Amino acid sequence: MAINVKVLDRPVGQVSYVRATLKGMARTFKHLVNPEKVTTQYPEQKETISRRWRGTHRMLTTETGKAKCVACGLCPTVCPANCIKLVPGEDEQGNRYPLIFEIDEFRCIFCGYCQEVCPEEAIHVGRHYENSEYSREGFVYDLERLMAQTHPVCEMWDPADPKGE
Amino acid sequence: MISAAMLAIVHATPDPPLPLGVFFISTVVKMVLVFSVTMVGVALLTLAERKISAWIQDRLGPNRVGGKLGLLQPAADGVKNFMKEETLPGHVNKPLFVLAPMLAFIPAMLASAVIPFGAPWDSRWGRIQMVVADLPVGFLFTLAITSLGVYGIVLAGWASNNKYALLGGLRSSAQMVSYEIAMGMSLIPVLLLAGNVTLNNIIDQQASMHLWNVLTLSLSFFIFMVAAFAETNRLPFDLPEAESELIAGYHSEYSAMKFSMFPISEYANMATSSALMATLFFGGWDIPFTLQDNTTGVSIFMVLLSIGIFGLKTLFFLFLFIWVRWTLPRFRYDQLMSLGWKFMLPAALAYIVIIASLMLALDYAGLERGFVYGLVMLAVNVVLVFIAFVILDRGRIISPAYGRATPQQLARLRAVTAARAHLSPQSGD
Repeated sequence: MAINVKVLDRPVGQVSYVRATLKGMARTFKHLVNPEKVTTQYPEQKETISRRWRGTHRMLTTETGKAKCVACGLCPTVCPANCIKLVPGEDEQGNRYPLIFEIDEFRCIFCGYCQEVCPEEAIHVGRHYENSEYSREGFVYDLERLMAQTHPVCEMWDPADPKGE
Repeated sequence: MISAAMLAIVHATPDPPLPLGVFFISTVVKMVLVFSVTMVGVALLTLAERKISAWIQDRLGPNRVGGKLGLLQPAADGVKNFMKEETLPGHVNKPLFVLAPMLAFIPAMLASAVIPFGAPWDSRWGRIQMVVADLPVGFLFTLAITSLGVYGIVLAGWASNNKYALLGGLRSSAQMVSYEIAMGMSLIPVLLLAGNVTLNNIIDQQASMHLWNVLTLSLSFFIFMVAAFAETNRLPFDLPEAESELIAGYHSEYSAMKFSMFPISEYANMATSSALMATLFFGGWDIPFTLQDNTTGVSIFMVLLSIGIFGLKTLFFLFLFIWVRWTLPRFRYDQLMSLGWKFMLPAALAYIVIIASLMLALDYAGLERGFVYGLVMLAVNVVLVFIAFVILDRGRIISPAYGRATPQQLARLRAVTAARAHLSPQSGD
């Protein structure tokens, strides 16, 4: 036998177009009158984001209002996207501080290595996602801009608490 | 039957003519009223479509313009469409490209002129019919005008000089031509029962029988409704503009207000079809569960009430159009054609024969055209509907995707394969 076709005798309910249509219309009507909707009214309502969300950066400051950064150069070294520009400087007491600290947020891939590698807990990725600028240059954040950010920062993955609970 | 129809026409005494001034003023008022209600209704229908689609999909829908219901959304859309840049592609046939939206729009607007939207008002100047043009040819005019709408679509597809648009136009013409026949045939039982094509007479017949045509002619209503869905290019018959295959079909190349003309005419056609369904099968402006005689004078209050009832019935069908659209997927092209030619047309023809013989038998039995007459027809229709939707509807009305082979088909396929294997023995097993 060349042809070996299995012919299925389907129940009438599955091949009846009218009954299937009526069933479908009952289903859609149930959703139509269902008051529970899934829409988030975005600018007014916001979805909660994860505590490990990695967004645009923030530089933390000391009590005196200076950047915690000591210009050790670890973050530009570890950065896989090469988006951090750091020029170190030194004051009279021999304390190192960044002369220039710039992050190109367009190049950044938001891996969070900079926050992880930072010995002073100075640079952080932020829990923040609403970014808009009028020019591409606006997305190169300088030190002043990074220090001025106020949004909460990311809590990095903790091996002791893998699910972040 | 023919003699009965002729008698009905002879006996329908025409109303005494209105004074010219009253006729002129009332006609202008009705024209303005019907046109503006249709246009505003179309605008609100676009909103209703978006809202209902949203609710069916558990979303909220437009709610930023004009309150929580987004009531100003149609106005915002209109302003947007007027302000948009209008592109005229270089490869189009310009005169036809410009003509096509008009040709789609005008018939859609014209068809609403003959539909009676309320009980006639016996004013102190005479009887004023609640219809813009009380044509004696009735629904024949509506059928003729709505079938003109296909020219707009076909010309749009042709003039766009674009393969997708052309395919959309072709599909539309094939679809409209196929379903127009079934639509016309499904109205013959209505004609048999009313004895007249005038819509007001059909409403009077339903009122005098105390049974709507949907009960006495159920299968006709079903066929008419499906054909109306196909004629208005609504899902599941929206093959002319199938987004997934043809981008936007016949209106791919259109932009701004020229594009808007197509949706507007689609919605206007929907409104006309809904009004026609309400009139032909749901008693039109007849107020249900009242036993008033529609031929005698009615007060202005009853006229307004009847207009409201007619509006409600029409709105129900408009809602049905939208509801079905967001429930059903689109047909395949072969399903569309086989439904039109292999089911709807034969069913409509058979139904004419059944109804004609039934009425002949009932007339011979000496039954008065009244409630009992209608009940007998209702009983027959219950049986017919059962046959159509329980016995016939087993993968026959719409061919299912997997296709169930009959033993004969299997034997034929096997014979073909055996013959092939015989011709080329190295490929057979």
